[in-house]
Amino acid sequence: MPLNLDAYLGVHQDALKLYARRTAVLANNLANADTPNFKAQDLDFKSLLNARSSGTLAAPTLVATHAQHLGATADAPAAGGALKYRVPLAPSLDGNTVDPQLEQAAFAENTVRYQAALTFLTEKFKGLMTAITGQ
Amino acid sequence: MSSFKVFDIAGSGLSAQSVRLNTVASNLANADSVTGDPATVYKARHPVFQAVHAAMRAGHNGQSAAAVRVGGIVESNAQPTVRHDPGNPLADAQGNVYAPNVNVIEEMTDMISASRAYQNDVEVMSTAKDLMLATLKLGE
Repeated sequence: MPLNLDAYLGVHQDALKLYARRTAVLANNLANADTPNFKAQDLDFKSLLNARSSGTLAAPTLVATHAQHLGATADAPAAGGALKYRVPLAPSLDGNTVDPQLEQAAFAENTVRYQAALTFLTEKFKGLMTAITGQ
Repeated sequence: MSSFKVFDIAGSGLSAQSVRLNTVASNLANADSVTGDPATVYKARHPVFQAVHAAMRAGHNGQSAAAVRVGGIVESNAQPTVRHDPGNPLADAQGNVYAPNVNVIEEMTDMISASRAYQNDVEVMSTAKDLMLATLKLGE
Protein backbone atom coordinates (compact mmCIF):
# COMPACT_ATOMS: atom_id res chain seq x y z
CA MET A 1 0.00 0.00 0.00
CA PRO A 2 1.59 3.27 -1.07
CA LEU A 3 1.95 5.98 1.48
CA ASN A 4 -0.29 8.98 0.94
CA LEU A 5 2.07 11.78 1.86
CA ASP A 6 -0.66 14.41 1.81
CA ALA A 7 -2.77 12.48 4.28
CA TYR A 8 0.29 11.73 6.40
CA LEU A 9 1.25 15.41 6.73
CA GLY A 10 -2.34 16.22 7.62
CA VAL A 11 -3.65 19.73 8.03
CA HIS A 12 -0.27 21.24 8.76
CA GLN A 13 0.85 21.77 5.17
CA ASP A 14 -2.35 23.65 4.34
CA ALA A 15 -2.07 25.61 7.56
CA LEU A 16 1.51 26.56 6.73
CA LYS A 17 0.49 28.01 3.36
CA LEU A 18 -2.29 30.00 4.97
CA TYR A 19 -0.02 31.33 7.71
CA ALA A 20 2.42 32.48 5.03
CA ARG A 21 -0.41 34.25 3.24
CA ARG A 22 -1.63 35.81 6.45
CA THR A 23 1.89 37.12 7.10
CA ALA A 24 1.63 39.07 3.84
CA VAL A 25 -1.83 40.42 4.68
CA LEU A 26 -0.73 41.59 8.14
CA ALA A 27 2.50 43.06 6.74
CA ASN A 28 0.35 44.99 4.31
CA ASN A 29 -1.79 46.37 7.14
CA LEU A 30 1.32 47.52 8.97
CA ALA A 31 2.85 49.06 5.85
CA ASN A 32 -0.36 51.04 5.32
CA ALA A 33 -0.71 52.13 8.94
CA ASP A 34 -0.53 55.80 7.85
CA THR A 35 -2.38 55.60 4.54
CA PRO A 36 -5.58 57.68 4.47
CA ASN A 37 -8.75 55.66 3.82
CA PHE A 38 -6.94 52.33 4.02
CA LYS A 39 -9.06 49.60 5.58
CA ALA A 40 -7.30 46.87 7.55
CA GLN A 41 -7.91 43.34 6.34
CA ASP A 42 -7.44 39.85 7.66
CA LEU A 43 -7.97 36.32 6.45
CA ASP A 44 -11.02 34.34 7.50
CA PHE A 45 -8.69 31.58 8.58
CA LYS A 46 -11.19 28.98 9.71
CA SER A 47 -13.30 28.94 6.58
CA LEU A 48 -10.21 29.00 4.37
CA LEU A 49 -8.61 26.07 6.15
CA ASN A 50 -11.85 24.11 6.10
CA ALA A 51 -12.21 24.77 2.40
CA ARG A 52 -8.63 23.82 1.70
CA SER A 53 -8.66 20.60 3.66
CA SER A 54 -11.99 19.49 2.28
CA GLY A 55 -10.91 20.48 -1.23
CA THR A 56 -13.88 22.75 -1.82
CA LEU A 57 -11.77 25.77 -2.67
CA ALA A 58 -12.20 25.16 -6.35
CA ALA A 59 -12.96 27.92 -8.80
CA PRO A 60 -16.64 28.08 -9.73
CA THR A 61 -17.56 26.70 -13.09
CA LEU A 62 -20.42 27.70 -15.30
CA VAL A 63 -22.96 25.06 -16.13
CA ALA A 64 -22.89 24.38 -19.86
CA THR A 65 -26.24 23.31 -21.22
CA HIS A 66 -25.19 23.49 -24.84
CA ALA A 67 -22.24 21.99 -26.62
CA GLN A 68 -21.13 25.39 -27.88
CA HIS A 69 -21.23 27.16 -24.54
CA LEU A 70 -17.92 28.64 -23.59
CA GLY A 71 -16.23 27.56 -20.41
CA ALA A 72 -15.28 30.18 -17.87
CA THR A 73 -12.26 30.29 -15.68
CA ALA A 74 -12.62 32.24 -12.50
CA ASP A 75 -10.29 32.72 -9.63
CA ALA A 76 -12.56 34.91 -7.55
CA PRO A 77 -13.15 32.89 -4.38
CA ALA A 78 -9.56 31.81 -4.08
CA ALA A 79 -8.30 35.34 -4.65
CA GLY A 80 -10.07 37.82 -2.45
CA GLY A 81 -12.96 35.77 -1.12
CA ALA A 82 -11.67 35.08 2.34
CA LEU A 83 -10.09 38.49 2.82
CA LYS A 84 -12.33 40.39 5.17
CA TYR A 85 -12.20 43.88 6.57
CA ARG A 86 -11.53 44.36 10.22
CA VAL A 87 -14.18 46.00 12.38
CA PRO A 88 -12.33 49.05 13.72
CA LEU A 89 -12.29 49.76 17.43
CA ALA A 90 -11.52 53.44 16.94
CA PRO A 91 -11.40 54.58 13.30
CA SER A 92 -9.30 57.67 12.77
CA LEU A 93 -10.43 60.85 11.06
CA ASP A 94 -8.59 60.08 7.83
CA GLY A 95 -10.59 56.88 7.30
CA ASN A 96 -7.73 54.55 8.20
CA THR A 97 -8.79 51.53 10.28
CA VAL A 98 -5.35 50.05 11.01
CA ASP A 99 -4.65 49.57 14.71
CA PRO A 100 -0.86 49.02 14.79
CA GLN A 101 -0.90 47.35 18.22
CA LEU A 102 -3.61 44.93 17.16
CA GLU A 103 -1.78 44.17 13.92
CA GLN A 104 1.50 43.61 15.74
CA ALA A 105 -0.20 41.23 18.14
CA ALA A 106 -1.80 39.36 15.25
CA PHE A 107 1.55 39.26 13.44
CA ALA A 108 3.33 37.84 16.48
CA GLU A 109 0.60 35.26 16.96
CA ASN A 110 0.76 34.30 13.31
CA THR A 111 4.53 33.91 13.54
CA VAL A 112 4.25 31.55 16.49
CA ARG A 113 1.59 29.52 14.72
CA TYR A 114 3.73 29.33 11.59
CA GLN A 115 6.64 28.04 13.64
CA ALA A 116 4.35 25.55 15.36
CA ALA A 117 3.18 24.23 11.99
CA LEU A 118 6.82 23.99 10.91
CA THR A 119 7.66 22.02 14.04
CA PHE A 120 4.77 19.63 13.46
CA LEU A 121 5.90 19.06 9.88
CA THR A 122 9.52 18.52 10.97
CA GLU A 123 8.41 15.90 13.48
CA LYS A 124 6.32 14.19 10.81
CA PHE A 125 9.34 14.02 8.51
CA LYS A 126 11.49 12.74 11.35
CA GLY A 127 8.96 9.98 11.97
CA LEU A 128 9.07 9.12 8.30
CA MET A 129 12.87 9.00 8.31
CA THR A 130 12.81 6.69 11.32
CA ALA A 131 10.45 4.37 9.50
CA ILE A 132 12.62 4.42 6.36
CA THR A 133 15.99 3.91 8.00
CA GLY A 134 14.68 1.67 10.77
CA GLN A 135 17.03 3.14 13.31
CA MET B 1 6.80 32.38 -4.23
CA SER B 2 4.33 34.11 -2.04
CA SER B 3 6.51 34.46 1.04
CA PHE B 4 8.80 36.88 -0.78
CA LYS B 5 5.92 39.31 -1.14
CA VAL B 6 6.23 40.15 2.53
CA PHE B 7 9.61 41.67 1.72
CA ASP B 8 8.11 43.74 -1.10
CA ILE B 9 5.32 44.97 1.14
CA ALA B 10 7.51 45.80 4.10
CA GLY B 11 10.08 47.32 1.73
CA SER B 12 7.48 49.63 0.23
CA GLY B 13 6.56 50.65 3.76
CA LEU B 14 10.19 51.39 4.54
CA SER B 15 10.63 53.54 1.48
CA ALA B 16 7.37 55.43 2.09
CA GLN B 17 8.27 56.14 5.71
CA SER B 18 11.74 57.28 4.74
CA VAL B 19 10.23 59.77 2.30
CA ARG B 20 8.15 61.02 5.22
CA LEU B 21 11.27 61.32 7.38
CA ASN B 22 12.95 63.21 4.54
CA THR B 23 10.13 65.74 4.30
CA VAL B 24 10.20 66.19 8.08
CA ALA B 25 13.94 66.83 7.91
CA SER B 26 13.42 69.31 5.07
CA ASN B 27 10.65 71.13 6.95
CA LEU B 28 12.64 71.34 10.17
CA ALA B 29 15.80 72.46 8.39
CA ASN B 30 13.88 75.26 6.68
CA ALA B 31 11.80 76.27 9.69
CA ASP B 32 13.73 79.56 9.95
CA SER B 33 14.37 80.28 6.28
CA VAL B 34 12.82 83.75 6.17
CA THR B 35 12.30 85.78 3.01
CA GLY B 36 11.06 89.26 2.24
CA ASP B 37 8.40 88.04 -0.19
CA PRO B 38 5.40 85.96 0.99
CA ALA B 39 5.12 84.29 -2.44
CA THR B 40 8.56 82.68 -2.36
CA VAL B 41 8.69 81.61 1.27
CA TYR B 42 9.25 77.91 1.95
CA LYS B 43 6.04 75.93 2.52
CA ALA B 44 5.83 72.85 4.72
CA ARG B 45 5.71 69.63 2.69
CA HIS B 46 3.92 66.44 3.55
CA PRO B 47 3.73 63.14 1.66
CA VAL B 48 0.37 61.52 0.93
CA PHE B 49 0.38 57.75 1.18
CA GLN B 50 -1.67 55.48 -1.08
CA ALA B 51 -2.35 51.77 -0.85
CA VAL B 52 -1.47 49.93 -4.04
CA HIS B 53 -4.60 47.91 -4.69
CA ALA B 54 -3.82 47.03 -8.29
CA ALA B 55 -1.37 44.37 -7.25
CA MET B 56 -3.96 42.87 -4.94
CA ARG B 57 -5.29 40.61 -7.65
CA ALA B 58 -1.93 39.71 -9.09
CA GLY B 59 -1.20 36.02 -8.96
CA HIS B 60 -4.04 33.75 -9.90
CA ASN B 61 -4.02 31.67 -6.74
CA GLY B 62 -5.08 34.56 -4.60
CA GLN B 63 -1.87 35.67 -3.00
CA SER B 64 -2.65 39.09 -1.74
CA ALA B 65 0.22 41.46 -2.18
CA ALA B 66 -0.59 45.07 -1.73
CA ALA B 67 1.86 47.71 -0.74
CA VAL B 68 2.06 51.37 0.04
CA ARG B 69 3.47 54.15 -2.09
CA VAL B 70 3.86 57.87 -1.87
CA GLY B 71 1.09 59.28 -4.03
CA GLY B 72 2.53 62.75 -3.96
CA ILE B 73 3.99 65.46 -1.81
CA VAL B 74 1.69 68.37 -1.04
CA GLU B 75 2.64 71.79 0.23
CA SER B 76 0.78 73.26 3.16
CA ASN B 77 -1.56 76.16 2.33
CA ALA B 78 -1.28 77.75 5.75
CA GLN B 79 -0.27 81.41 5.78
CA PRO B 80 3.40 82.20 6.43
CA THR B 81 4.23 83.87 9.70
CA VAL B 82 4.83 87.61 9.36
CA ARG B 83 7.48 89.03 11.63
CA HIS B 84 8.48 92.66 11.96
CA ASP B 85 12.25 92.69 11.73
CA PRO B 86 13.52 95.88 10.04
CA GLY B 87 17.15 94.98 10.86
CA ASN B 88 17.01 91.91 8.63
CA PRO B 89 18.63 92.54 5.22
CA LEU B 90 15.85 90.45 3.63
CA ALA B 91 13.04 92.61 5.07
CA ASP B 92 10.58 94.20 2.65
CA ALA B 93 9.66 97.92 2.46
CA GLN B 94 7.48 97.67 5.58
CA GLY B 95 10.31 96.01 7.51
CA ASN B 96 8.57 92.61 7.57
CA VAL B 97 10.06 89.18 6.95
CA TYR B 98 8.02 86.06 6.22
CA ALA B 99 8.81 82.81 8.02
CA PRO B 100 7.69 79.40 6.67
CA ASN B 101 4.40 77.89 7.85
CA VAL B 102 6.27 74.98 9.44
CA ASN B 103 4.75 73.83 12.71
CA VAL B 104 7.75 72.43 14.56
CA ILE B 105 5.69 70.48 17.11
CA GLU B 106 3.63 68.89 14.36
CA GLU B 107 6.84 67.94 12.54
CA MET B 108 8.35 66.36 15.64
CA THR B 109 5.25 64.20 16.27
CA ASP B 110 5.23 63.29 12.58
CA MET B 111 8.87 62.25 12.88
CA ILE B 112 8.17 59.99 15.86
CA SER B 113 5.21 58.44 14.07
CA ALA B 114 7.28 57.80 10.93
CA SER B 115 10.11 56.35 12.98
CA ARG B 116 7.76 53.94 14.78
CA ALA B 117 6.18 52.85 11.52
CA TYR B 118 9.64 52.30 10.03
CA GLN B 119 10.63 50.14 13.00
CA ASN B 120 7.41 48.14 12.59
CA ASP B 121 8.29 47.39 8.98
CA VAL B 122 11.85 46.41 9.85
CA GLU B 123 10.47 44.04 12.49
CA VAL B 124 8.06 42.50 9.98
CA MET B 125 10.92 41.98 7.54
CA SER B 126 13.23 40.38 10.06
CA THR B 127 10.47 38.07 11.33
CA ALA B 128 9.60 37.05 7.78
CA LYS B 129 13.28 36.34 7.14
CA ASP B 130 13.51 34.15 10.25
CA LEU B 131 10.40 32.23 9.20
CA MET B 132 11.73 31.63 5.71
CA LEU B 133 15.08 30.43 7.01
CA ALA B 134 13.24 28.07 9.35
CA THR B 135 11.19 26.80 6.41
CA LEU B 136 14.35 26.12 4.44
CA LYS B 137 15.51 23.88 7.26
CA LEU B 138 12.22 21.92 7.20
CA GLY B 139 12.73 18.21 7.71
CA GLU B 140 16.28 18.43 9.02
